[in-house]
Amino acid sequence: MNIPTDYVLALSGILFALGVLGVLIRRDAIVIFMCIELMLNSANVAFIAFARSFGPSGAGLQGHVFVFFVIAVAAAEVAVGLALIVTIFKTKRSIDVDEVSSLRG
Amino acid sequence: MFLTEGAQGLGLFAFAPLIILFPFLGLLINLTIGRKLGEKVVSFIAISAIILAFVIAVLQLLALLGQPIPLGATVPIAEWITVGDFSVSWSMQIDTLSVAMMLMVTSVSALIHIYASGYMHEDVRHQGDTSRFTRFFVYFNLFVAMMMILVTADNYLMMFVGWEGVGLCSYLLIGFWFEKGKDGIGNAIAGKKAFIVNRIGDFGILIAMFLIFWVVGSLRFEDVFNWAHAFGEENVLIISVITMFMLLGVAGKSAQLPLFVWLPDAMAGPTPVSALIHAATMVTAGVYLIVRSSPLYSVTEVTSNIVAIVGTATAFFAATIAVGQSDIKRVLAYSTISQLGFMVAAAGLGAYVAAMFHLITHAFFKALLFLSAGSVIQGIEQGHHDAEHEGAEIEEPFDPQDMRNMGGLRSRMKLTFWVYLIGALALSGFPPLAGFFSKDEILADARIENTGLFLVLLAAAFLTTFYMGRQVLMVFFGKPKTEPAAHAKENPPSMTIPLLILGLLSVIAGALNAPGLHTLTDWLDDTLEHVHVTEFSISVAGLAVIFSTVAVVLAWMIYGRKPMKKGEPDPLRKILGPIYTGMENNWWVDELYQFLFVGPYVKLSQFLADVVDWRFWHDWFHDTVLAKTYRSLSYWLAWTFDLRFIDGIANGLADVTKGAATRLSVLQTGYVRNYALAILAGGLLILSYFIFR
Repeated sequence: MNIPTDYVLALSGILFALGVLGVLIRRDAIVIFMCIELMLNSANVAFIAFARSFGPSGAGLQGHVFVFFVIAVAAAEVAVGLALIVTIFKTKRSIDVDEVSSLRG
Repeated sequence: MFLTEGAQGLGLFAFAPLIILFPFLGLLINLTIGRKLGEKVVSFIAISAIILAFVIAVLQLLALLGQPIPLGATVPIAEWITVGDFSVSWSMQIDTLSVAMMLMVTSVSALIHIYASGYMHEDVRHQGDTSRFTRFFVYFNLFVAMMMILVTADNYLMMFVGWEGVGLCSYLLIGFWFEKGKDGIGNAIAGKKAFIVNRIGDFGILIAMFLIFWVVGSLRFEDVFNWAHAFGEENVLIISVITMFMLLGVAGKSAQLPLFVWLPDAMAGPTPVSALIHAATMVTAGVYLIVRSSPLYSVTEVTSNIVAIVGTATAFFAATIAVGQSDIKRVLAYSTISQLGFMVAAAGLGAYVAAMFHLITHAFFKALLFLSAGSVIQGIEQGHHDAEHEGAEIEEPFDPQDMRNMGGLRSRMKLTFWVYLIGALALSGFPPLAGFFSKDEILADARIENTGLFLVLLAAAFLTTFYMGRQVLMVFFGKPKTEPAAHAKENPPSMTIPLLILGLLSVIAGALNAPGLHTLTDWLDDTLEHVHVTEFSISVAGLAVIFSTVAVVLAWMIYGRKPMKKGEPDPLRKILGPIYTGMENNWWVDELYQFLFVGPYVKLSQFLADVVDWRFWHDWFHDTVLAKTYRSLSYWLAWTFDLRFIDGIANGLADVTKGAATRLSVLQTGYVRNYALAILAGGLLILSYFIFR
């Protein structure tokens, strides 16, 4: 049961593209967040794929460690982001990102 | 320094620099602490300095007498200028000629210093500034020091230092009471006139020196005269030019035609100044210069003739003016010019010894006459003062120098009268007084050399006796014409004793070169060339004495028999008419110069000042051109350059930034998704760069 690295990387790319599309297309702030999570996790998949491909003799556990970093940063980001969304909702009664454009130049 | 280093082989000559040093020391002491010392000490210091200088002069005489042939010595003091081959040093030429001058100058100076200590005591009180007593003696000592530099120099440049130095002292002392005189500036103007006229002469001396340097390459007398001996024949033209320029300097300093105009005005100085500087010593410097430069003058006949003619003309011209003067000192001033003319004429005729002989005797009797005149003036001023005390009526302003205010002083100032008479007789050339021998030597020389000049000189001698007779009769005979003259008083011994000594010298100085002895001729023979013994000529002397006697009789007929009364016109005016007016007015020479030179010069200066400087430079160039240009430039800088250009840059930058910002702010839509798209596009761009590069 040896899945080639290319397949995993392709999965990672598809996930990333989906995430990007989601961010660009959707207007719901929470969905956008979820898409960002999707992008982050596609990166994690790529990390793991490379780590496995180069093996412990190559880069050691660096790929794994990076994944943990990304998970931690993503968690922190979600915490901040959700707090922002809640605050915006309190004032705008909406979480539609197109409604939040008062910083227009 | 010089006493130790230069002493070898110089003997007594080594003391020579002291003759300059002593007067300098005297003036330094008086200059620095003189004000605290009081008049007695100040005059004592000044007089001792001169007496010490006289002692040194006597030492130099002894040193010369100690030599088998009195060739003298050159006493070096210091190097001055050394450029390439050319060098000028401070060194003193002690020979028979310079020692003769040293003795004459220091002895006369010493006597006049003593006299001045009495005269200036009164003068500073009369003029109302006692603080100038010290200043007077400082100038006086400076004058003697400068005169010593002049006569002892061994080169033309050092001589010129003394020449200028005495000129400076003359200027300072003519303007000694600079705030007095006509309109409060008369004396200052007289000083300025003397200075400027002498500058014209100095111009001649300078050109002569430049030419000498040019052709000879040295300014030392010895080198120049050796050159003249060796190459004089081939260089007559250039030597003529040199001596002509030198003659200009002589005419300035010795008050000859055409530059004599300053000397009469120089009488504005105190009387001892007139006696020392403007009669006995400084004005004879020109004659000394010709005699010293005799090797040059004897080469060129042209200049010598011109010198003789200038001297003779001056002698006669000035004598005629002296006849018409009424100021006691101005008569003597013109007499001095006339006698200097005799000396210059003698030098021009090649009779250098006669010139020096007359120079020395003249110094004695003219100093005597001036000092006696000072005694008269002071006596009258005392009389003025006393008469005022007694309540006598005196018309103001009273001029104590005007002979028309005098008369009858014979009985009131006996001693002054007698010495004045001696001086007048000596000047007139009556035997056996000094002037007889010296003037007759000149006349005898002139008769041999040039009959025309002889006759003119004889006429000048006749006039000399006449104006002296006129002066003595007007001042001392008859009745006092004014109250001050009636109250005149004899002066204290400090003034009368020098008069007595000078009187004695005026009597016996003729023995210096008495006929048959020729002491001075032999003496100067060791320094000068072309010296010839002039035999005493009974015919010439007899003629001169007859002329003088006639002049005295004539003066007696006109002025003595029936003395002038106060306010009466001069009896000579009736006899001579317009000629007398000419004599009285200096033949309008001053007016002529005013018309020819001073007037146009003043006009030129005014033109330069008013038109060129003020209107052209100030009004037009500065105010119009410069100021307007500057103003429009500043205007342009302020309004165009600064406001438009500099501010334009700043404002333009601001506008550009603002415009760019306005346009760029459109990108700031506020929509998160737009930003995300931009990030994506950017990311893709960077990626594609890495992929396709």
